[in-house]
Amino acid sequence: MNISRRHLLILLPAAAVAWKYVEAGTPEASPNYNKSEHWWGMLINIPKCIGCGNCVRACATENDVPDGYFRTWVERYHVTDTNLTNPEVISPDGGKEGFPVAQEDAGKYFFVPKMCNHCSDSPCTQVCPVGATFVTPDGVVLVDQTYCLGCAYCVQACPYGCRYLHPTKHVADKCTLCYHRITKGLTTACCEACPTGARQLADLKNPNDPIHEFLKTHPVEVLKPQMATGAKAYYFGLDGSVR
Amino acid sequence: MSGLKDAGHLFRFAGLFVVAFLVFLLVRGFVVPKTFGQYGHYRAAAIGEIAAHPVKFAGHQACEDCHSDIADTKTKGAHAHVNCEACHGALAAHADDPASVTPVKPDTLVLCVRCHTASAAKPKGFPQVDPAEHMGGVPCQTCHNPHAPAIGSDAGASAAKGGAK
Amino acid sequence: MNGVVGFMYPNEYALQWSILIVLYPYITGLVAGAFILASLVRVFRVEAIKPTYRLALLTALAFLLDAPLPLQLHLGHPERSPEMYFTPHATSAMAMFGYVYLWYLMAVLVFEIWLDYRRDIVILSQQSKGLLRIVYKIMTLGSSNISERSLHIDEKVGWVVTLIGIPSAFMLHGYVGFIFGSLKANPWWSSPLMPVVFIFSAMVSGIAAVMLIYMATTKLRRQKIDTRCVDSIAMYMFYIFIIDFSLEMLDLVHRIYEADESFRSLDFMVHTRLYLSQVVVQILIGTLVPLVLLFLAQVARLSEIARKRIYVISGSLILISVFAMRWNVVIGGQLFSKSFLGYTTYKMGLVSREGLLVALGLTVLPILFLWVLVKLLPPWTEKPLPAATGD
Repeated sequence: MNISRRHLLILLPAAAVAWKYVEAGTPEASPNYNKSEHWWGMLINIPKCIGCGNCVRACATENDVPDGYFRTWVERYHVTDTNLTNPEVISPDGGKEGFPVAQEDAGKYFFVPKMCNHCSDSPCTQVCPVGATFVTPDGVVLVDQTYCLGCAYCVQACPYGCRYLHPTKHVADKCTLCYHRITKGLTTACCEACPTGARQLADLKNPNDPIHEFLKTHPVEVLKPQMATGAKAYYFGLDGSVR
Repeated sequence: MSGLKDAGHLFRFAGLFVVAFLVFLLVRGFVVPKTFGQYGHYRAAAIGEIAAHPVKFAGHQACEDCHSDIADTKTKGAHAHVNCEACHGALAAHADDPASVTPVKPDTLVLCVRCHTASAAKPKGFPQVDPAEHMGGVPCQTCHNPHAPAIGSDAGASAAKGGAK
Repeated sequence: MNGVVGFMYPNEYALQWSILIVLYPYITGLVAGAFILASLVRVFRVEAIKPTYRLALLTALAFLLDAPLPLQLHLGHPERSPEMYFTPHATSAMAMFGYVYLWYLMAVLVFEIWLDYRRDIVILSQQSKGLLRIVYKIMTLGSSNISERSLHIDEKVGWVVTLIGIPSAFMLHGYVGFIFGSLKANPWWSSPLMPVVFIFSAMVSGIAAVMLIYMATTKLRRQKIDTRCVDSIAMYMFYIFIIDFSLEMLDLVHRIYEADESFRSLDFMVHTRLYLSQVVVQILIGTLVPLVLLFLAQVARLSEIARKRIYVISGSLILISVFAMRWNVVIGGQLFSKSFLGYTTYKMGLVSREGLLVALGLTVLPILFLWVLVKLLPPWTEKPLPAATGD
């Protein structure tokens, strides 16, 4: 293989970066990650979502999510005759393999990706009897699976249905906002895999974060705002019929 | 007070409680994890344990560090913001050890149709076709370069080559 | 997706809380109710009910010993349950369980039983042989003092314990109601009335249980049932049941009137999946029939036999109705989707860890415990015990 100088100039720093990872094994977090400097959330842009299911598959791969359970999923809404109170919603296998083709009609369709909202006033952490689920100082709701009793109280307390009991580990499980990735400067698996930018990680404490900027200049909302959970998954372009 | 003598059994009962409580405190000292309560009512060490989970998707930056020419081609086309692993799957293993882990090329007839099959449910401006009408079983990369999919872009047909040069 | 109708969030298809979680509030409810009956005698001096006093306490203990079992079988990691004692989370109603249970078991029930039985325990420890003698000796805690004065002190202290026991019993069962009632995520459960309804239905079921056990054991011992006693018990059962029914109807009427976003979905659920257990079993057969029967027993001049038959039928129907109420709350609260767009079904296993057979076993087990307790600490004395030596 002929290695030109130009290619070497590109290869060497790449190798250095790669070596850093190899050397560190899989580091706990990048050495300069400071929890108090971050406050994580996510922006979900409804008009951009095409319902391809990439995010659901990527999450399942990245986090070994068991079949039939979902840390994230996509719902497809079909709202007809301006009937906002009773939309037709489907989520075949959580949208993992996409959705069946829809026929044109008088109604409107759209996709809604869902996930843990990483609530700042989370009802799930409130009800945990032993402190196995908690909000980290950087705003991510996690489950300590070596401490969890598997009582499922948190599953009952979540208004969004984002939690489940892991079928083989018998503890609570849910989206971790890919904490193992975001603490290393990567984005979440679902955001990485999204082809249209419908899902974007947001750092609400970082003034330079372009998503943070978007949130400040566009109308966004959270799911079930009446629950006052302090949800941090912000939706742009959310229809009133979304449950 | 003579009353106390007749209440002796009550003190014994209370004594059971005191002993049980002391034993409880002792056991608790050993059993509760050391980092519990550091940031809040939870085991702080769990944060580090979760952060140490292995990464499966390398992230597009890692790909672009080696495959810069593909990255260059991509920035000029419609797939500019489609990250590498969105199509190629999780490849942190390959990024860590490029020589021994060879990614499998995705089958375009399965991959591309997932996003681009026409459906009334998809946003109107999004490029979508009826696969049967559009190509009838002919692989997409016959006409489209996946990294710069517009027909007539400078990379041309069947230019979907991978690997760092 | 078998059993799912409409749309549910994908993680909602399977129920998290099974029949064992229906059983747990039912059992603690029986405990609380049985204790309230005992407190009617001890604190409110309802002499008529005295024949059931000791039996009520033993019944409460038998069921209380059984109560943690459905919880342990439900937990994904029962071996970690001591964490509730070591690091209870102050904001979680469920975390209260460990301490409330322990308090009620040791500082109320066991303490009160011990105080009431102490004289008998000391005498039995001197009369028994072998292993039983050792057991009784341990129960005396090494004190054989059953002088007049010591028994008088026991009486006074026992009265205080019972007094404290009443709010403790309310806590033991009320917190379970709060576990459900405090969840804003679930509109079927979320209600300030929930702990109150739980407590009143618990009282009714516990009283019914003790009444039936009293009648059954008396018959088995070929003794005569004290009619004045069961008349009195049935009267309390009737009035408390009216209050319980009123509270539940208040919740229902309020729900129908306000008709918030969840109403249509819940209404549909009650008319379809929950129809048999809620409308037919809990309300019609389990509440209206016993109320009418008990009302008749109160106002019409019926014979003793007729009244006793009514009490047995009503008591049994009440036990079924209160179980149905727990079922409708726990299972009902999980049958509908939080999107209010769909429903699932509860697939109860038969021989699985949280299945029907286990549930039946856990219901029968307290009867077994009660049998052992009755043998160990007889609540009735056909003949008075002889004076003890060293008195």
